[in-house]
Amino acid sequence: MYEMNNASRRNFLKTTAVVGGGLLLGFHMPAFARNSRFGITDVTNFAPNAFIRIGTDDIITVIVNHSEMGQGAYTSLPMLVADELDADWSKVRFESAPVDPVYNHPGFGMQGTGGSTSTWVEWDRFRNAGAAGRYMLVEAAAQTWGVDAATCKTEKGFVIHTATGRKLSYGQLVDKAAAIKAPEKLKLKDPKDYKFIGKPVKRLDTPEKINGTAIFGIDVKVPNLLTALIARPPVFGGKAKSFNASKVKAIPGVIEVVEIDRGIAIVANGFWPAKLGRDALDVVWDEGALASLDSSTQAKQYEELANQPGAVATKEGDIASVKEKAVKTIEVAYDLPYLAHAPMEPLNCVADVKADSCEIWVGTQFQTVDLMTAAHITGLKPNQVKLHTTLLGGGFGRRAVLDAHFVSEAVQVSKAMKAPVKVIWTREDDIRGGYYRPKAHHKISAGLDASGKPLYWQHNIVCQSFAVGTPLEAMMVKDGVDSTAVEGASDLPYHIPNLHVAWNMAPNGVPTLWWRSVGSSHTAFVVEGMIDELAKAADKDPYQYRRMLLEKHPRLLNVLDTVAEKAGWKNPVAAGRGRGIAIHESFGSVVAHVAEVSITKNNTLKVHKVVTAIDCGQVVNPDTIKAQMEGCVAFGLTAALYGEITFEKGRVKQRNFHDYKILRMNEMPLVEVHILDSKEKMGGVGEPGVPPVAPAVMNALFMLTGKRVRSLPLRPDDLKKKA
Amino acid sequence: MINLKVNGKAYQVDVDPSTPILWVLRDTLGLNGTKFGCGMAQCGACTVHLNGDAIRSCVSPVSRAAGKEIMTIEGLSDDITKRLQEAWIAEDVPQCGYCQSGQIMAAAVLLRNKPNPTDNDIDLGMSGNICRCGTYQRVRNAIHRAAKMKPKAVK
Repeated sequence: MYEMNNASRRNFLKTTAVVGGGLLLGFHMPAFARNSRFGITDVTNFAPNAFIRIGTDDIITVIVNHSEMGQGAYTSLPMLVADELDADWSKVRFESAPVDPVYNHPGFGMQGTGGSTSTWVEWDRFRNAGAAGRYMLVEAAAQTWGVDAATCKTEKGFVIHTATGRKLSYGQLVDKAAAIKAPEKLKLKDPKDYKFIGKPVKRLDTPEKINGTAIFGIDVKVPNLLTALIARPPVFGGKAKSFNASKVKAIPGVIEVVEIDRGIAIVANGFWPAKLGRDALDVVWDEGALASLDSSTQAKQYEELANQPGAVATKEGDIASVKEKAVKTIEVAYDLPYLAHAPMEPLNCVADVKADSCEIWVGTQFQTVDLMTAAHITGLKPNQVKLHTTLLGGGFGRRAVLDAHFVSEAVQVSKAMKAPVKVIWTREDDIRGGYYRPKAHHKISAGLDASGKPLYWQHNIVCQSFAVGTPLEAMMVKDGVDSTAVEGASDLPYHIPNLHVAWNMAPNGVPTLWWRSVGSSHTAFVVEGMIDELAKAADKDPYQYRRMLLEKHPRLLNVLDTVAEKAGWKNPVAAGRGRGIAIHESFGSVVAHVAEVSITKNNTLKVHKVVTAIDCGQVVNPDTIKAQMEGCVAFGLTAALYGEITFEKGRVKQRNFHDYKILRMNEMPLVEVHILDSKEKMGGVGEPGVPPVAPAVMNALFMLTGKRVRSLPLRPDDLKKKA
Repeated sequence: MINLKVNGKAYQVDVDPSTPILWVLRDTLGLNGTKFGCGMAQCGACTVHLNGDAIRSCVSPVSRAAGKEIMTIEGLSDDITKRLQEAWIAEDVPQCGYCQSGQIMAAAVLLRNKPNPTDNDIDLGMSGNICRCGTYQRVRNAIHRAAKMKPKAVK
């Protein structure tokens, strides 16, 4: 399926012309908006684009350059095109884009998906694509009828001559339309005329996901495909000293044992013999520098680092000059562990390396990096490498890797075998495979004046950086501070006259990575916990206290007021229940949650309900936003209750879902989502719901126990009342 | 050789009898709708029906299925399945979609045993199926919706 589509798409790109009786729209796009998060100032090149194909059968295929990993990109981006095109939604299809510079992420400068950007970053480009298509079709119809294009209108896949009622379907017009050139600047629809944008349109990818036909990377079929599992070092940074594969090769179905840079691949004619082969492999490992890594000693190391001044991320006012004036002071530390992304589909990649070509099928968030890495390994030119993006069985950042390791493994093994190979990671490989959300230690102190207002806030963050020493450094590290390590704390919205936020980089070694909501996944827990602590010290209501400190931020206030109102904050909470609030801005959107919890007879935390308010600016698909908020609650709650990767003798202690637990059906709270009608700049929705979950829940628990939870995940002792 | 019946079709497979049903379905028969998630009966992504019961195919040796009927997501076509699939679309349940075959296989058994399940029944019947995207609320709503639907015609 992928092969056929990609061959034809390549052709489209080269010719930008009529292929197979269809129309491919070629047009120019305007320079792109500033995207400060990724250090992009402007995209100045005018690239020709190829996002729409219309067939003579009236089928409109939108070629989507953002990977579908559950966030709904294969629906929301076609919605943008379909609206401007006045398409008949029942005729709209999606197709994953091949790798080509025209499909680059406008902010990343390469093809990729992440940072909760897919919809807002394509808002203009995809609407323009639709408008260009509409222009060409209308011109084609007008020429056919010999009338002025201005006397024609479009509706549900037809061009209609208003005066005479004559109509032609888009499919009937493709041949003529292909010869027409759309102007660069097109008038876009008045928002009041939107047919799809802002409406709860059903996802286009649901039907195939409920009958077993959806193709994820792990499902790709290629003739003569081999399967490989890889034995990787038990300690990060380790290497195989020697290995004995004699027992492995005796297992029926095992074909070969191949050493690659990241380990030893057992190649077989299916998963099961490869698994049995790997179990039978004897390896002597050189465990390397992290062989004695232990979570308890690492925790002490982080605490010591927090006493160092660190690189300054934010400095406002002068803490030393006001410290004496504080009536109340709080000095505390917060700890958050390493976390695995644990997408449901374990990592995998199919590669087929030949003398003059390399073909890859993979569920990835970073197509360009993967393709360039494959070219480097094979010695082929980038244009000899073809990469097909399949559906992703979850991403959460795990499939956006700078070293393309899960692609590199498959390419290396295929190159050695001279055959197509699918490398599959087991769940244990995934949980123990690194690229975790960095472990973080926060040391924080604050002082209040007599009225309870904060006088100062001193915050020292210790965590690893996955940007330093990589191509990301130039974009993400400024004045010695990795912005992804301090985001959410360095840009504190609360009014604190004297603020100091610093970062100490923890030693690297354990591979770390962006994990759904990145730095905010730990900073929001600390900031929103600490604000609650200050409210308590000031003897103020946590909602009202936040309101007081957010006076200069109408957008945040609006979200905060909405969530408080919808959750009935002014009414007392039911007996035996605790209620907590938290708010956080990230990825251009503001999300607040109110959580309601109780402690069960079995001494577990029950989260009954989470009321959510989000301001993400322009809404494209409200049902997708709701779905993402529900998902964010489950993801954040999993981290709050269970998520933890720890080390002993250099080894990851957790290995599968029994000891790296994920929230289950019986633990899912009722989630009630309120989307603000907003004129704010458009933001993301995939991630910003995650950061405020854990603090809202733990602030609710505080109401029941009187004890502050400052370390995640939750421990049984945290549920006991303060003595 | 092991004789299997999968989705009503007879097969003879020449594999090690200890091979999990999951890998016979995927690697030998090419039926990829059943997913690999954990390999130790923790997540339910590999759920299939064996003589009508929901089982975890990732830990069930193929020898266990000899002479029995396996039903996978590709073969489901009864009234309950049709209602579930319609409800899944109405609630727009899937996000990434990877766990959804297993969710529907589990839900089908639940609805057969409990035609009008309570929330507690759904908790009991579905808590073996992990969804990392967190679609649980929609899975729950879709099961309730399917339970209320009129029976569908079956070919």
